[in-house]
Amino acid sequence: MRQVIHIAKKEFRTYFVSPMAYIVISIFLLVTGWFFFLAFFLSNQATLRHLFTLLPLIFSFVVPAITMRLFAEELNVGSYEILLTMPVTFMDVVLGKFLAGAAFVAAMLIPTLAYPITVSFLGPLDWGPVIGGYIGAVLLGAAFSAIGLFASSLTRNQIIAFIVGVAICFSLTLIDWMLFFLPRSILGFVQYLGMNFHFQNISKGIIDSRDILYFLSVSFVSLYGTYLVLQQRS
Amino acid sequence: MIHAENLTKYYRDVCAVDQINFDIQKGEIMGLLGPNGAGKSTILRMLTGFLRPTSGTIRVKDYTIDRHSLEIKKLLGYLPESAPLYYDMLVYDYLDYVADIRGFDKGGKFSRICRLVDLCGLTDVMHKSVSEISKGYKQRVGLAHAMMNDPEILILDEPTLGLDPNQIVEIRNIIKQIGKEKTIIFSTHILSEAEATCDRIVIIDRGKIIADSTAEVLRQAASEECLIHVSLQNTDFTSVEKELGSIDGIVSFVPVDEEEGILHVRLTCQSSADLRGDIYRKIKQTDWILLEFHQETKTLENIFRELTKED
Repeated sequence: MRQVIHIAKKEFRTYFVSPMAYIVISIFLLVTGWFFFLAFFLSNQATLRHLFTLLPLIFSFVVPAITMRLFAEELNVGSYEILLTMPVTFMDVVLGKFLAGAAFVAAMLIPTLAYPITVSFLGPLDWGPVIGGYIGAVLLGAAFSAIGLFASSLTRNQIIAFIVGVAICFSLTLIDWMLFFLPRSILGFVQYLGMNFHFQNISKGIIDSRDILYFLSVSFVSLYGTYLVLQQRS
Repeated sequence: MIHAENLTKYYRDVCAVDQINFDIQKGEIMGLLGPNGAGKSTILRMLTGFLRPTSGTIRVKDYTIDRHSLEIKKLLGYLPESAPLYYDMLVYDYLDYVADIRGFDKGGKFSRICRLVDLCGLTDVMHKSVSEISKGYKQRVGLAHAMMNDPEILILDEPTLGLDPNQIVEIRNIIKQIGKEKTIIFSTHILSEAEATCDRIVIIDRGKIIADSTAEVLRQAASEECLIHVSLQNTDFTSVEKELGSIDGIVSFVPVDEEEGILHVRLTCQSSADLRGDIYRKIKQTDWILLEFHQETKTLENIFRELTKED
């Protein structure tokens, strides 16, 4: 566990050394800010619903951009060899990098707290859905980070890692909008697989163990996949 | 200390390492020599646990690599080829991170880093980013990384690759200095380097060990024969072979080439007898013009080339 923390700490710090982090955060804030306030002033309601409706879509592009370097860069530079010949296990490496990615996504959400604070001055804000939404956002970010990490472990090319990551995250998000194509018999099952379905539940302020379990299991499956890929590499 | 048995590694269908066996004793400096693509790096990577052997076992002390890789990693220090470090970290941050992973506490960490910085001469670059420092410094940072845990076994993959002659000497001195108490395995394709630093030389070609002995023994085998180069004018190969080839003690006669009437020939002879006088006297009796005449003892380089020659 100590090794996990050391690796996570190092990866997290590395984000802020390169301009990458600042670029991604700026773009994220710009996009969320634009969409949020556009809808906010149109609907004229003191709610953060507009932010959370779009968050899964925005995240499915932003989070893979954050996680793409985690393995791909190391494989490309060769520092992967240095990392793995130190006394760490595959599990330490996977968990450490995952925690760094998820923590970065969480850190990226902190500046958006300005929105609910602004809104609460403008009208009576119901804090329940806001808190639910943020919990959901962190869980969603963690699940997407795990998927992005898996994509990153597949290749030494960061762009491919990004595209693969986006493809998986985007598909999982989009399932919710594609349901009307499906026969009723498998509807419930497919709906359960979609990210958006679970995220929207939480962001209504309903914290259901099924939704939490869903995000945790997506993270777990992706991390286990990453672990298997790493094992296959040696 | 290290025992490898029937070690084999396939990359898909390509056999990189083919059923090799070796033992390395404590305190030995072993040089792994071989042409490019011979399988040196693969062997080292398997020893560090980075690659899993296709078959065969590696034992380090009482640990086997497939069951106790973590314990073995704790005993090892490893410098991969061309020291691939995290290029966006400061040298200090990097060493600090390595010390953390190696399990140093706060106080121990600082004094250990200071010691390594002194040993590897890193004081000037501590606050530079890894991407900014020269290749030689990178190699030294890599060496400091490898020695962080004061490992019992140090594995270095081409530690002097791409360094200038001064840096090569410095790195060699560091290796020798550490080698007094540690087991060191390093790979190189520079012979003089292996000769200068190693107690034992293992030559590898196409995944197989083709020579394994001390530098001393190899050198002796090499110096049993010596080469004499002669350049002559006003003659032809047949008469030179007839005259010089008949001298007692000449093992072989090789016409090297002929250009503008000048013949270059190479004679191999036992180094125990000095035949230069005999050759000179033979030539004096003829009307040949002697342009060049020198003797060299066979070096490790010749042996290496003979052993790893393409068939």
